[in-house]
Amino acid sequence: MTISADAGVERTGGPLRSRLRPLAETLARRAEPVAIGLSGILLGLAVFSLFILAVGKSPTTLFSLMYVGGFGSWFSVQNSLSRAAPLLLTALCVALPARLGLIIIGGEGALALGGVAAAAAAMPLVGSSPPWLALVVMAAAAMAIGGLWIGFVGYLRHYRGVNETIASLLMAYIAIALMNHLVEGVLRDPASLNKPSTTTLPVAYMIGKLPGVDVHWGLVIGVAACVVSYILIETTTWGFAARISGGNTRAAQVQGLPVGRLIVGFTALAGGFAGLAGMIEVAAVQGSANASIVAGYGYTGILVSFLARHNPLAIIPIAILLGGIEAAGGLIQRRMGLPDATVLVLQGVLFVVILFCETLYGRFKIFNPELWTRRA
Amino acid sequence: MTHDLTFNRRRFLQTAAAGVLAGVAPGQAFAADALKIGFIYVGPKDDYGYNQAHAEGAAVVKALPGVSVVEEENVPETVDVQKTMESMINLDGATLLFPTSFGYFDPHVLTVAAKYPKIQFRHCGGLWKAGKDPINVGSYFGYIFQGQYLNGVTAGYATKSKKIGFVAAKPIPQVLQNINSFLLGARLVDPTITCQVIFTGEWSLAVKEAEATNALIDQGADVITCHVDSPKVVVQTAAGRGAFVCGYHVNQSPLAPGKYLTGAEWAWGKVYTDFAKKAQAGQPLGNFVRGGLKDGFVKMSPLGPAVSAEARNKFDATLAEMSKGQFSVFKGPLKDNKGAEVIAAGKSFPEDAIELESLSYLVEGVHGSTS
Repeated sequence: MTISADAGVERTGGPLRSRLRPLAETLARRAEPVAIGLSGILLGLAVFSLFILAVGKSPTTLFSLMYVGGFGSWFSVQNSLSRAAPLLLTALCVALPARLGLIIIGGEGALALGGVAAAAAAMPLVGSSPPWLALVVMAAAAMAIGGLWIGFVGYLRHYRGVNETIASLLMAYIAIALMNHLVEGVLRDPASLNKPSTTTLPVAYMIGKLPGVDVHWGLVIGVAACVVSYILIETTTWGFAARISGGNTRAAQVQGLPVGRLIVGFTALAGGFAGLAGMIEVAAVQGSANASIVAGYGYTGILVSFLARHNPLAIIPIAILLGGIEAAGGLIQRRMGLPDATVLVLQGVLFVVILFCETLYGRFKIFNPELWTRRA
Repeated sequence: MTHDLTFNRRRFLQTAAAGVLAGVAPGQAFAADALKIGFIYVGPKDDYGYNQAHAEGAAVVKALPGVSVVEEENVPETVDVQKTMESMINLDGATLLFPTSFGYFDPHVLTVAAKYPKIQFRHCGGLWKAGKDPINVGSYFGYIFQGQYLNGVTAGYATKSKKIGFVAAKPIPQVLQNINSFLLGARLVDPTITCQVIFTGEWSLAVKEAEATNALIDQGADVITCHVDSPKVVVQTAAGRGAFVCGYHVNQSPLAPGKYLTGAEWAWGKVYTDFAKKAQAGQPLGNFVRGGLKDGFVKMSPLGPAVSAEARNKFDATLAEMSKGQFSVFKGPLKDNKGAEVIAAGKSFPEDAIELESLSYLVEGVHGSTS
């Protein structure tokens, strides 16, 4: 039936129609995650409104403050973008392994070690080599240690059967303890009395701000990493193999795909991105490695990645949205007298509702490409 | 062309923002006559500790005429605090900011202050350096180790095992001052008393604080104090095990009724009131403000029911002596716990001695290691 109907369309439809048809198909396919994602966010906000009403505050005031604080002015936009920058990279640390079917939640550890490695790598270079070279070496060192750390989690998963979620979380605690040990020990700048830190980078060796915008270059690096990851996952044979392996490991092995190498490779790349986030925190914000870089970016990255359905491109708007929510959180505290936990409640509600909405995929006929094929 | 586009977009956003601001917050527009002060805390405002001490100070200032206060809690020591400060300046119209966590100072307060030279920043605990740091920045702190010395006096009378315990966050000068003072106060009563210290490694890590408290009590310590951001867990755990407790940061006596001896408290209300009144009068705020018991920067919790009459007398006499100022908790001859002499006989350091800011040892009688 379908075939003959299609054939009929082919005959009667002009060249314009036949060109529109694949477009309609693509739109239908692409519209599903956008529509479900957006309605998930709206539904989450609605549930959150009930919570706000329950504590006796006005959701309208709250949402207008969220707009003002997150995106309502040029200052607020820059505020949101600054907060989004580290989340782009830490979200990739979750998204890439997730496409292979691995849930990695220990990006915080790779970030901490990346920061320390970057600071340590900078020490011999400051003053003796040009800033660009020092920054490249710092980034390489941070990515290497982050890659080793999370890549080892992937190795344990594939070759030793250790649960990667637990392993990565526990290794994050080890990494943070190791960072504290180094920063308070051999790498400590003796002048950092009450806040043990590594030697502060001279301004010339720091990553500066984007021209005309009060946001550091980490944002551009993060966006670039997301785009590269998208291309890698969606358009290359490696990405294809990785997705096959994530869909069904056994089938991938039967096909002769190098599943072990794919897992270690992609987890290492993911850890490298988290390590790079640590390097950017040191080189663009803190100026030295210290306990302040462990600020929960690794954990917020998990939220971003899940909200983005582990799609590297979707991470960009979601990270900016969460950056905006965090930026607005301060204004909500100050103007409405609500505790900081309000924003955590909102993030939690969004997370749960969006996960719930995952179950809606494929349930609406309107998003079925075949439907559009027939109608066109 | 591209330039025009960006410009237009920015202009559009600015206009939109102005409209929204006017619509959302009527009456919150910048009031020129009122002094708006922003307080920023690294943890929750009701932590029975460091942040609560500052929030109680903020509450005192809030009650002053012509002053309004904006507060934000749980702000990490990252770009977040920079943006929070800027947000308070740009969206709330704050002109005096108190970012209270130690880790905010370098680079965050210094960075934002350089960008907003007309706004005043006063930071708790940092070492402001003339000529190097922006002139609109200053730092303030209190000699709270004086309070830990008095804690030690009550502990010296209360302990039966002659072992007292200290749960500490990190081996940094401000913490080491407190540990040493606690033991030196106790040794004023009995020179055979020893103090076991356990470092948790983090400012706020409830599980390890509870473990450390239990470990100290298992080793025989019967009076416990601490220096972590929130002493709540330590106080409750110790009192639950039957040990006496000396408080820190704020009055924790409601958490350990009957077991609470006294506590070293901040009196930030006085400090913030001084700053606010100076700002209202247009006087300079000062860039390096320090004070102790004498200046009313720190105070002691009321003595608990477990404090004996003898201990009360000694406590009152010592407090009176210290309140005159220039009382040396640290005086020679003094050895560290490795046997090396750190202060020669005849030499003494009163509370404002600059040497104490870089103190790096544990005194003889403290069991524990700084590394």
